Amino acid sequence: MSLPPQLFKVSDTIWELPVTYKEGMRVPARIIAPESLIGGMEAGVFDQAANVACLPGIVNYSWCMPDGHWGYGFPIGGVAAFDPATGVISPGGIGFDINCGMRLCLTTLTEEEVRPRIRELVDELFFAIPTGVGCSGFVRCSRSKFRRVIESGSRWCLENGLALPEDLEMTEEGGCFEGADADTCSDKAVERGFDQIGTLGSGNHYCEIQVARPENIFDDATARAFGITIPNQIVIMFHCGSRGFGHQVATDYLQSFLRVMTTKYGIKLYDRELACAPFRSPEGQAYFSAMKCAANMGFANRQVILHRIREVFSRLFHRSPADLGMSMVYDVAHNTAKLEKHLVDGELRELLVHRKGATRSFGPGMTGLPDCYRETGQPVIIGGSMETGSYLLAGMASAAPTFYTTAHGSGRTMSRHQAKKMVQGRKLLGEMEQRGIHVRTASYGGLAEEAGLAYKDIDIVARATEEAGLSRRVAKLVPIGNIKG
Amino acid sequence: MPYRFQDEISTADIAFEAWGETREELFISCAAALLRTMAEAPDQVERRQLLAIRLEQEELDMLLFSFLQELIFYKDARRLLLHADKVHIEQRKDAFTLEASVSGEQIDAGRHRLLVDVKAVTLHRFQVEFGENLWKASVVLDV
Repeated sequence: MSLPPQLFKVSDTIWELPVTYKEGMRVPARIIAPESLIGGMEAGVFDQAANVACLPGIVNYSWCMPDGHWGYGFPIGGVAAFDPATGVISPGGIGFDINCGMRLCLTTLTEEEVRPRIRELVDELFFAIPTGVGCSGFVRCSRSKFRRVIESGSRWCLENGLALPEDLEMTEEGGCFEGADADTCSDKAVERGFDQIGTLGSGNHYCEIQVARPENIFDDATARAFGITIPNQIVIMFHCGSRGFGHQVATDYLQSFLRVMTTKYGIKLYDRELACAPFRSPEGQAYFSAMKCAANMGFANRQVILHRIREVFSRLFHRSPADLGMSMVYDVAHNTAKLEKHLVDGELRELLVHRKGATRSFGPGMTGLPDCYRETGQPVIIGGSMETGSYLLAGMASAAPTFYTTAHGSGRTMSRHQAKKMVQGRKLLGEMEQRGIHVRTASYGGLAEEAGLAYKDIDIVARATEEAGLSRRVAKLVPIGNIKG
Repeated sequence: MPYRFQDEISTADIAFEAWGETREELFISCAAALLRTMAEAPDQVERRQLLAIRLEQEELDMLLFSFLQELIFYKDARRLLLHADKVHIEQRKDAFTLEASVSGEQIDAGRHRLLVDVKAVTLHRFQVEFGENLWKASVVLDV
């Protein structure tokens, strides 16, 4: 892959496209990648990062994380902050799956205790957590009750016995984006999502049983602070978002922004997926509220899934979830826009930070972290492919330039069809079984699409975030069981 | 098949191009590609339920966007996988209108051999054009 000739190296892990790369760029675009990853970045990543740099009110740089790849509007892995007074909000900077995110839950079980029962455990989880195309959940929820869910997120789960108070504390934003008004969401969005609470979906969404092996601990003290204290400790990691509700919110507002962006607000359109509106406009504020509703659905969805996981473990091991030590490490959101305070040229300013396929990575001592993580920094959960393992990392003070943001996954390098041509789902299932990973899937074709060879090397991505000062590695977690949509 | 998946366009999502001799045929081809994205065995999706879809948009490409989006909506809201059987498009002074009859059945994971859930139609490289006596569309689906 040839790189744009204007691209130059700022440091070992930072590359910059100057404003001269494309007419209309207000700030440079910066891509975080070591030499080993920059060559593999698709041309579309550079173009999309440059398009983002053209949006009104953007501050400092248009960023792309090391797992970045060609998306729509923003690249996946795109990060940009806007001045709320002069800048815009864009659904294309957040993604269709609003608050797609990762959650990590501890147990006090060890691999030795769980491995003999892994088949049973994965089968039970597969039944307890609906997966796949158009799946609906076990939570019976009316349309009117759903409006309460999307305004209060995990708080609704707490009120309904589906959460523990400490779960909310261990969730970004306490599991609820404040200021979410259900009236800003269409009936269609509600209709599409009201019975999908507690469902995984498909694609790259999964739930994994993982092991923290002693040889994979990078920082013992921080691992302990995050609750990883036993050799070969079992943890549960899962990845999913706001389901059909969030997808419809994004679709609705993409269309409504297209109608006003140029005609009403005079903003030049570089790519229809970058449709946007001034943040302070009625349209911008309505989308900000609807996006919060979708984010709250994402939190509630993951909370209900956690509740189901606890029930399964408790039933199988005949011990209460508390006795099994099933507390949350953290829940991180990938696709959001948030008002946050950041230092810009020595001045503390409120900014609207868009993160699309990127994880907030607050450093030690920052406001918004639970007390127990004030010294370590925020737990960051980066999911790898289902074959290779995932990472638990910690936010760093040096992540300030990216508005305290890091990578979110390993990033695809191969199309879904290409992966399916190279890998047969049933065969992959057998091979993973031989390597000690028991898988249940709603789709063999879908499984093949998610094969490890379709992704960048997660070890390189995680190390790159550390070298760039965004997040430091605490532990690598390897899978022994997986359910996939 | 009047559509072709395009590996070179998108790594994380699903891109396809579709074609038809008329606008109506093009819309039916795009609906077939959408169904094939979600189910490996679209022929196994039986026509047990009939639905009518009526839409209006100022631009033809946004009419296709809305049509595909409507099919995605029914996948989640009614758990229906749908074929587009008949499509009729009329061009009025300042808008296009669509009347379609679609049919299908509730998702059956085993029989339909499900692949991947489609979240949305994106406007990334989204295009409807006419040339060489053929209507063509390029679509990228977020999955």
